[in-house]
This record gives sequence, C-alpha cells and structure tokens, in this order.
Amino acid sequence: MKVFVPGDAAAQSVGADEVAAAFVAAGGAGLEVVRTGARGLCWLEPLVEVDSAHGRLGFGNVQPAEVPALLEALRSGSPHPKALGLVASLPAMARQRRLTFARVGVVDPGSFDDFVANGGLRGWTRASSLTPSEIVGHVIASGLRGRGGAGFPAGLKWKTVAEAKSARKYVVCNADEGDSGTFADRMVLEGDPFLLLEGMRIAGRAVGASHGFVYCRSEYPRAVEVLRAAVVTARSRGVLGAGFDVEVRVGAGAYVCGEETALLESLEGKRGQVRAKPPLPAHEGLFGRPTLVNNVLTLAAVPWVLEHGGDAYAALGVGRSRGTMPVQLGGNVKFGGLYELPFGVTLRELVFDLGGGTASGRPVRAVQVGGPLGAYFPDALLDTPLDYEALAKAGGILGHAGVVVFDDTVDLARQARFAFDFCALESCGKCTPCRIGSTRGAELLDQVARGVEPEKNLALVNALCAVLTDASLCALGGLTPLPVMSALEHFHEDFTRRAR
Amino acid sequence: MHTLSRWDPDQARGLISSELRAARAFLGDDGPDATAMLPVLHALQARFGYLHAEATALIADALNVSKAEVKGVISFYADLRTAPPGQHTVSLCRAEACQARGADAVAAHLEHRHGLTPGATVEGVTLESASCLGNCALGPTALVDASRVVGRLDLPAADQLLARLKERAP
Ligand SMILES: Cc1cc2nc3c(=O)[nH]c(=O)nc-3n(C[C@H](O)[C@H](O)[C@H](O)COP(=O)(O)O)c2cc1C
Ligand code: SF4
Ligand code: FES
Repeated sequence: MKVFVPGDAAAQSVGADEVAAAFVAAGGAGLEVVRTGARGLCWLEPLVEVDSAHGRLGFGNVQPAEVPALLEALRSGSPHPKALGLVASLPAMARQRRLTFARVGVVDPGSFDDFVANGGLRGWTRASSLTPSEIVGHVIASGLRGRGGAGFPAGLKWKTVAEAKSARKYVVCNADEGDSGTFADRMVLEGDPFLLLEGMRIAGRAVGASHGFVYCRSEYPRAVEVLRAAVVTARSRGVLGAGFDVEVRVGAGAYVCGEETALLESLEGKRGQVRAKPPLPAHEGLFGRPTLVNNVLTLAAVPWVLEHGGDAYAALGVGRSRGTMPVQLGGNVKFGGLYELPFGVTLRELVFDLGGGTASGRPVRAVQVGGPLGAYFPDALLDTPLDYEALAKAGGILGHAGVVVFDDTVDLARQARFAFDFCALESCGKCTPCRIGSTRGAELLDQVARGVEPEKNLALVNALCAVLTDASLCALGGLTPLPVMSALEHFHEDFTRRAR
Repeated sequence: MHTLSRWDPDQARGLISSELRAARAFLGDDGPDATAMLPVLHALQARFGYLHAEATALIADALNVSKAEVKGVISFYADLRTAPPGQHTVSLCRAEACQARGADAVAAHLEHRHGLTPGATVEGVTLESASCLGNCALGPTALVDASRVVGRLDLPAADQLLARLKERAP
C-alpha cells in the first residue's frame, strides 16, 4: 500500500511530519510512505492520500493517534469517518484548471523519475528542438504576463534579453514572494522544484544565458532545502550543468528585495536599494549584464506553454489576462488555499463559492487583493473579475494574486495605518515620501483616530498619498496609497467612528 | 534542534572562505567577490546565532570591500543580528492574513502572559516578528528556530509551544 503525506511547510505547520512518522511506525512491511508537496487544500491538512484503483483517496485532518485505526480500516476496506473520496473529484479540485500545479501535491518533489514519469521535461524537450526565437515566439503567443506583480508581458521581456548583445547573460528567478497572503511560489518550490528548473533552462536557451540564480526568501527554509536538493539532482541528470547552471541564494528579511533591481543589488552583495530605471535589467542587470528577471510562477508556466504551444495557453482567460492564475485564498476564510483558475473568476465566486465565506462564520467585510500594497474591497466590489485590467479599473491590483478575507471585526482604519507602518519599515530609503512620508501618514491617522481635526488630517493623508503615488521610484512607496485610500473610500466610517 | 557554536574567528574565516570559493566556482570571473556577502553572513549567523563585531573586519578583508559596506549590509537586513539570541527563536507573523486570523491577539498574549515583546528574550526564547511566512490560510503562524513553521497558533497552542521550547532551553 502507498500512502502520500505532504511535506510542504503548510502541512508540516499543522503536524504532517508527525502523521508521516506514525504511518512509518504503524505500517510495517508493505507500506510505502511518500512525502509529496501539498494540493493547496489547506483546511484539510494534514491531508493523507492513499492509492486506489480509481485514483487517490483522501483523508482530511488526520491526527497521528488516528493512524493505526486508519490503516486498519484501509486494510479491511471498511469506511472511515475522515474519508473524503477521490481527491481529484473534490469540488475544490474539480473546479480548477491545474496547468502549473498539475504535479504539485501529487509527486515526490525529491524524485526526478517521478517528475519525468508525470510529464516533466516535455517542455524542455520541445524547446531544445526549437530555435531561441521560436521559443520566444511561443511565450509571446501565450500572452503570459509576469506573475510577480507588475504583469509585464513575459514574451516581450524575453525578446529584449535575447536581442541584447553580451558575452554573459543571466536568468534570475524572483522567489522572494514577499506579499502577505501569497504562497504559490513556495508551493511550487516545495512541491515541484524540477518544474521551475525546467522553466529556467528553457529561459536560458531562449535568451542565451548560461547562468541562473534563484533568489528565495529566508522565511521559506523548507523551500530552500527542497530546491537545493533538486538543483543537485538536476545537475546529475544533465538538466543543469554544462550550458546552463543554477545557484540558489537566500534573502535576509527585506520585502523590498522582491523589487527586481533591489534583488539584483542584494545578489551583488549590497544593501537592497532600488535602482533607477533605465537601464532596464534586461539591458544592464546583474553585474551590468543583460538579465531576465521573472517570478517563479512566470517561469513555471513556461514548460506547459512550450509543450502545448503558446496558442493553447492563450485560449484560456479573458481580455489581456491569458492563461491561468494560481490564486491564493487566505486570512479569515473557511476553505483557504491554492486555486489555479483561468482568469475571469470573480472575487465573490472565490470568497464564497470556493472559499465558503469566513472561517469565523461572521459576515465578510473586506477583501484585500494583491498583497500589502493591494486595495481593500468592500462587498459592493466583489463582483470584480480576477483580471489585471478589471482590478485596476476597480482601484486595485492583482499583484501576485493573494486574496485575504476579513470578517466584520476588522477595523479598516487600523489596516490603513498598518499599510503606512509597513511602508516605513520596509522602505529602502531612496525616496523621501516613502522613507519619511509613510511615518507621517501613520501619525496623521493616529490624530484622526483620536478625533483631532479629522477632516483636516484626512485631507493631509490624501495629499500625502498623491505625493507617494507621483514621487516614488518603485511600487512600495507608489502603491502604499492603494490600501490606505481604498480603506478610506469604502470604509470611511471606521476612520470617523471614534472621532464622533 | 538548534546547535550554535561560540564565536570563534578561525571557524569564521573557514566559513567565509568556503562561501567565497563556492561563489567564485559558480560565476567564474564574472562578478566581484562581494557577491558572496549574503551567503557569508547567513553561514556565520547559522553557526554562531549572530554576527559578532569582529566578523565585519574578517568579511571586509576576504571579500575586498570596506568595513563600512559590510556594516551597511548587516544593518539593512532584518534577519541579521548583531547580538546573540536566546537558545530558541520564535518569529511571529504579523502580516494581514494572519491578522485576519487573530495574530494580534497572540502577540498581546505573548506580551501579557509571557513577557515577550518583539526582540525580548525570556527563559531562553527570543520573540521576533515576521511579515508573512507563506502559511496564510492556516494562521496564526510562527517560524521556530528559523527552520520550522507552526500554524493554527491560537493562544493555547502558543502556550504549549513556549512550554516545549523552554523545556529544551538550558
Ligand atoms: C516593493 C516590491 C516588491 C516586489 N516583490 C516581488 C516578489 O516578492 N516577487 C516577485 O516575483 N516580484 C516582486 N516584485 C516585482 C518585481 O519587481 C518584478 O516586476 C518581477 O520580479 C518581474 O517578474 P515577472 O515579470 O515574472 O513578474 C516586487 C516589486 C516591488 C516594487
Ligand atoms: S519608493 Fe520606497 S522602497 Fe521604492 S525606491 Fe523609493 S524609498 Fe525605496
Ligand atoms: S500572512 Fe501570516 S503567513 Fe502569510
């Protein structure tokens, strides 16, 4: 019998290692325990799966003490109270379109053979038979946009780096995943690391780069461990090494190092300060060389695009948002986790149909989309579809597609203040409005909360936000006004309640 | 488990040169030695728990940068410590998704019940703050000893975690 227990950090955080150990202890000969990534059905963790003739059967929220009885039930074929049926048929899985996450939660992330047996390397095999410009052509045709937050067309960036002339070029994978409410990069790194390496290998061939870096945040020790092991294996299997090799670097707790030029500074061994653009990293990036910087999800989407063709990817989605987006649903939500969906699903469908409303059972009051620099949406805006342009029109951003749910106990004035605090804490220090204005903004909101000249102080907050929007070198300062102003616009009563 | 060594300049030199060798081996001659900076700082902090004042000169020397540059880097990154932490560290996520799941109440509880404010050490346990640990559907969340994520950290779970860690602190 084969039992699958996730070894992903989210599953581990609620006891998956102890459950796996209990299976090993109770199983005896004839039981194989495989550690996989996670499916992303977080509320069911630890989620144990067992092979059957029809596919994998799931058992949710398994506790170590329940393992002997569960094994007993499995062996005798009797029903078990935690049985969920076929995992692939669970509504939360069946509604998804898993292109990037097809193998995540299914395969052993340490097994190269598992990767290949489940469709790994097909994108690279195809890419090796194409010219670099044909590869770029597929990425352009796919309509794939950068998944790190800015949504820049990936194909255009690849073309720019491919056309740059230099003796040395780099591919840098941005695995800093600093946005609160996001964990899709982590799940790829921990669940299917060879997929990312395959994507980077394809990128290397397309743009003419011989060296790649993955810059992973230090908050993800498990991801770093799994990815480093995968790099060693990929070298021994010839996917990395001669022609293109990858090194894993670890950040050190600076949010701004997710900004691509700050990230490059950090890789060079400096303080993570944002560089003025131009020059673009595509022209002068790491050590002054042409550098392709892409998010984990962007690079991880590429093997599918190459295997099936750019047009097949572009056939999914809406408007200028093509393909699928791995959405991360978190915060106060019942069924939180990862949902890879074609663009176009509305926030309401996400939060209520898939998410099941709040975990607390109280009414949903606000939904923050796109990380700490994303807007807070009230119920009235929840019919906004997940799509770069539609979210922008509604005054927000998609960012890295983190969707965080709050119930009616939330105080949006506090959340707005938190946004200023966050900006002050994480500012790289280059621009005055971001470095100093953010602290001033927090003070102004404190005044408002105390009822000191609320109208005048809120007008100053408004003016400050206008300066931040116009005079910031990067989106940390430039987008901090989004959470602040959306809170003010849609939840004004939270700011003036105590004042009156 | 967390095993830290006492500060030892010879060990530190060894760690620095091995990280530098690794960086050079990967890059060839493209890129300055300073590119080994973060790997070096991580290696030292992993071994000693913090960056001893003497480390600055050793690093500057080996990577061919000024001491001011090394200090500038150390002060920039939130992870890097210049004083020894307790035997265990607990880094509590304070970001939005965890706020929505009660992280502020956990922080208040740690302060009032256990005397732990960010930066403080009580009975061998140091509390720190994190900004998202990628466990946003299972919060409140903390990272223990920079290596293990703990989710569903409600108040009783926080008490249990601290009791376990204190037991294991000398
Ligand atoms: C303050 C700030 C933080 C950012 N953090 C990240 C991050 O953690 N991960 C990421 O991929 N992109 C992040 N970005 C976006 C990057 O600058 C860049 O656009 C991205 O890495 C490009 O890759 P993509 O086109 O594949 O998205 C951040 C940007 C800013 C301004
Ligand atoms: S906006 Fe803030 S983080 Fe961005 S470059 Fe300016 S000071 Fe640095
Ligand atoms: S917000 Fe706390 S783990 Fe993401």
